[in-house]
Formats: sequence, C-alpha cells, structure tokens
Amino acid sequence: MSALIAAAKKEGTLNVIALPPTWANYGTILKDFSAKYGIKINSANPDGTSQQEVNAIKQENGTAAAPDVVDVGQAVALANTSLFTPYKVATWSSIPAAQKDANGVWYEDYGGYMAIGYSTKFGTITSLNQLLGPKFKGAVALNGDPTSANAGLNGVMLANLLSGGTPSDISKGVAWFHQLKQAGNFNPVSATGATIKAGTTPVVFNWDYLNLPSYVGVSNWKVFVPPGVPLGGYYTQAINKNAPHPAAARLWEEFLYSQAASGGQNLWLLGGARPVEQLAMANNGTLNKTAAAKLPPVSGTPIFLSQSQATNAANYLSANWQKAIS
Amino acid sequence: MPFFAYVGVFLLLPTGIVVYNAFRNPNGGFSLAGIKALGNPEIRSLFVGSVELALISSLFGAVFGAILAYAVASGDPDGVVRRLYLAVSGVLAQFGGVTLAFAFLVTIGPVGLLLHASWFYNFPWGIMVIYAYFQIPLMVLVFMPAIDGLKVQWREASENLGASAWQYWGHVGAPLLAPAFLGAALLLFANGLSAFATAEAWENQVGYIVPQQISIALNSEVGLSNANEADVLALGMVIIVAIVMTGYALLQRRASRWLR
Repeated sequence: MSALIAAAKKEGTLNVIALPPTWANYGTILKDFSAKYGIKINSANPDGTSQQEVNAIKQENGTAAAPDVVDVGQAVALANTSLFTPYKVATWSSIPAAQKDANGVWYEDYGGYMAIGYSTKFGTITSLNQLLGPKFKGAVALNGDPTSANAGLNGVMLANLLSGGTPSDISKGVAWFHQLKQAGNFNPVSATGATIKAGTTPVVFNWDYLNLPSYVGVSNWKVFVPPGVPLGGYYTQAINKNAPHPAAARLWEEFLYSQAASGGQNLWLLGGARPVEQLAMANNGTLNKTAAAKLPPVSGTPIFLSQSQATNAANYLSANWQKAIS
Repeated sequence: MPFFAYVGVFLLLPTGIVVYNAFRNPNGGFSLAGIKALGNPEIRSLFVGSVELALISSLFGAVFGAILAYAVASGDPDGVVRRLYLAVSGVLAQFGGVTLAFAFLVTIGPVGLLLHASWFYNFPWGIMVIYAYFQIPLMVLVFMPAIDGLKVQWREASENLGASAWQYWGHVGAPLLAPAFLGAALLLFANGLSAFATAEAWENQVGYIVPQQISIALNSEVGLSNANEADVLALGMVIIVAIVMTGYALLQRRASRWLR
C-alpha cells in the first residue's frame, strides 16, 4: 500500500470523467482524495454519460488526457471489458460475489433503488396509479430518455413491475407511460436538480440517492420507494488498461473501497447512495449508522436486472417508446 | 487556396468520414445494414419530423421576418427604431439552445408561470414557436440588406408610370427580392434542420428529430449505442441538405433570370 501511495504521488495526477460533484457525494470524495494524497484531479465532462466515458477511453487512448478510471452503468461495463485492466482492492472480499467480476476486471461501487420523488404540494403518494390523476398534469418526469439513460430505463421498469410486468418484459411499463401521456401527465424533460429546484419537474422517477431532499436541495420534497418491488441498480468501477496514471488509478480505487470513517464507502453513504460493501461494513461495525438510518426504507427482495433482461428492455424500448410517448 | 484547405478540413473530410463509416458495422467491416435501417418506420418518422420542423419554422421565420425587415427598413435609416431592431435581432438570432427552451418552459410550459399551454409539447407546433424566436430575427438580419438595396427611385419611377402598389410589388419588388428571399429561407431551413440543443432542452425523453436520435446512437448507456447508426443518420441529413441545395440552385436560376 505504501509503495502504491508513493508511486501515485510520483504520478501526481488522476484523470476522472463524468463524476458530477453533486452526485452521490462525489464533490467531497474528489476533494478528500486530492487533499489526502496531494494528487491533482482532472475531472472531465462531469455531466457525461457512461457511454461517453468509454468513448473517451477509445478516442483519447495513449494521450495524457485519457480517463484513468471510469464509473459506468453495468451494461456499458460488460460491453467494454476489453478496455479495462483487472485490479482487486484490499477490501475485495467485502464485495458480494454477484457484484464483481471474478477476475477483478470490473466491480460494482454504489447504487440505490428506483424511487418516486415528488413535491409535497401533491400530498402523499402511495401508489403508482395515483399519478394518472388530473392533479398531476404535466408533472411526471424521468431522468433521461429510457433508450439512452439507464436511470430512464429503470424508471419505466419500475412502472412495469408495479403494473404487473416482469423484469424480462417491459411492455407493461411502456403501456403505463402511454396512459400517463394520454392523461397529459407525462413531462418530457429530463429531471435534474435544476429542474426540480425550478419546479418544472415536480414528480420524478429516479434512483433514490438522486431523489433525496438533501440531494435535490428542495425542502418540500419527499421520496417514495414503492414497497414490494425494490428495483436496484449499481454503478461499476473499472480501470483503463492504458491508464496514463496507473498507480493513481489504483490508489483511487483503494480510496473508494476504503471502509474507514472518511473512506469512499462511507462518503458514498453520506451522499445517500448505498455502497457495495454496506452489508459487510454493517457486520464489522465500520458503517456510518447515522447516515445509513437516513436512507429511505426499502421492503421486499431487491430486484436487479440481469444483462439479458436489460438488453431485452432496451430493444423493446427502441422499437416502442417513441410510438407510446409522441 | 487557403479557402480550399479550410473547406477540405472542416467540410469535405468530416463528410467523407461520415460516408465511410455509414457503410461499416461496429466491428469495422463493410455493411449495408446501416443504410437499410434508413427504411425503418422509426427512423423514417425522425426524418419526416426533422424536415417538417425545418420547413415550417423556416417558412414562418422567412415570411414574418421579411415583413418585419420591410417594416423596419422603410423607417428612418438612422432612426432609433431601426438601430434597436437590428441590435435586438442580432442578440435574439443567437439566442437558442438550453436558455431559450428553458425560458419558454418556465413561462408557458406544463408548469409554467404565465400559462399552461396544452400544446406546448405538441410536435411540431410547440417547438416551432420556440424556433420562431431565433428564426425571425435571423431573417431580419440577413434580409435587411436586400430591402435596403431597393431604391426609392424605382418605386417613384413605377408610380410615375402609373403603376399601382400591387403592380410595383408584382413586377419590380418581388422579382428583385426573390433571390435574396430564397437564399435567406434556405439558410433558415438549414438552421432549423441542424438545431439540436434547443429541441433537446425542450424535451429529451423521446426523439422527434434526427439530431436527437444521433445523440442517442452516440451516448446510449443501455446498450443501444451504435456510432455507425449515428453516421448513417448524419449521412441522411447530408442527403436532405443536398436535395434542398439542388432545388435551391434551380429555383435561384429561375428567380434571378432577370439579372442575366
């Protein structure tokens, strides 16, 4: 570890990409890492998508500006394993086996559950079909086009599961959004913290950590994780095999997967995201319990889309979403 | 010569790359699958949407912009009104993208402050209203010089010969302005066809126009990303512009017959 720190300090720089400072506490994480090791961080394209991250690896391959590490959605990680190099962090055994590649090419980092965030002016939301009512005119938004953004796809999947659909067949979710559109309640703007603050997207399907009042910065905001169908999703870390700063990249992963009170896992938790080592940390007592208690309650067996389920959903959306919504 | 180098690097080379990649598959091999995809109903509806939006917004912008330009031009050439209009048009013609769409969103959008326009998300009329906001000022800017070129003496001469206002416009004014009007309308059409940021900020949950689908093809993180599809779509847009340019050249030749 000390050899790694020395090598990383010698490199002096780390290139990261698509890490919004307000997302899952990344602002603090970047600042703390930089301060702790004296390594300068170049944060490129903070609002980029997962696909743009791997595009950057390909296009900037061999230059000093190429991303050292990526934080991407599962589909993108699995489709681009040839761009990554294996690495196992010190806390490797704390990551559940289903959430990492056995060889260490990729490893999930943090995640959450699909939730419906909403302005308290609507009272309390307890069921999906309430949103079809007249008081939600033009109010209900997703976080991105579901044929493009993972959070958008999972928003449709949540409606699908709540309407009796299965993870392998998203058609009932598309049908539900078609109903929402017919009712005039669908808001076709991608929800962000800014649109929520401005009041243009008063009901938002998004990951719970992006939907918490503390994240959106609006006090009259509530978040509802529909009981019974906790639809989870985790992001994935990987190191660029041609990383311009290989030691700093590895040190960054060690920092993110550190279970220390000021380590990456607890910092993500403070940002409202659920770190991948949460269960192990709860067991060994390193988890920040105050922060964990603030997460929205979740009931039922968590559902994670398999790669083929996610691909099926994407293909169905590609052929049917436009018709259902325009 | 520097001009050709410039055109080569910034126009011909990128177009060549687009055409080349449109005939490849993601693994780099030759493939016609992308070109065939242009026949898909979903892809076709995007091209229809793009052309529809560009056509409507450019016609609207050209007609109203021309009327506005004429109204301003017939005023005092050094007057406050004219200087104000030109300055404002100069600013508004560049007022597009996220800021413009957001301005409309918070004033007349579904939860807008001023009114809740139920047609705001109707395609193409909702977005057309937003496009008009930069199409009309752009028309004023590019059409004004042509109107200024209309000499007062020509009008006086036709009046002296007993022509009515209709006759003057039909036989003198319109033919004189037609080439400039068509050129300006073409510029507006291209402007409307290629605009992306405004439409994307207006709504981005479903693609209505080709540039939105190009963005999805490049950025999709749910496994639908396909850079070659983006190239095929771009090629489709190049073809549309080529068709329009050809039509323009023919019309222009007809409209400027009197110049020869």
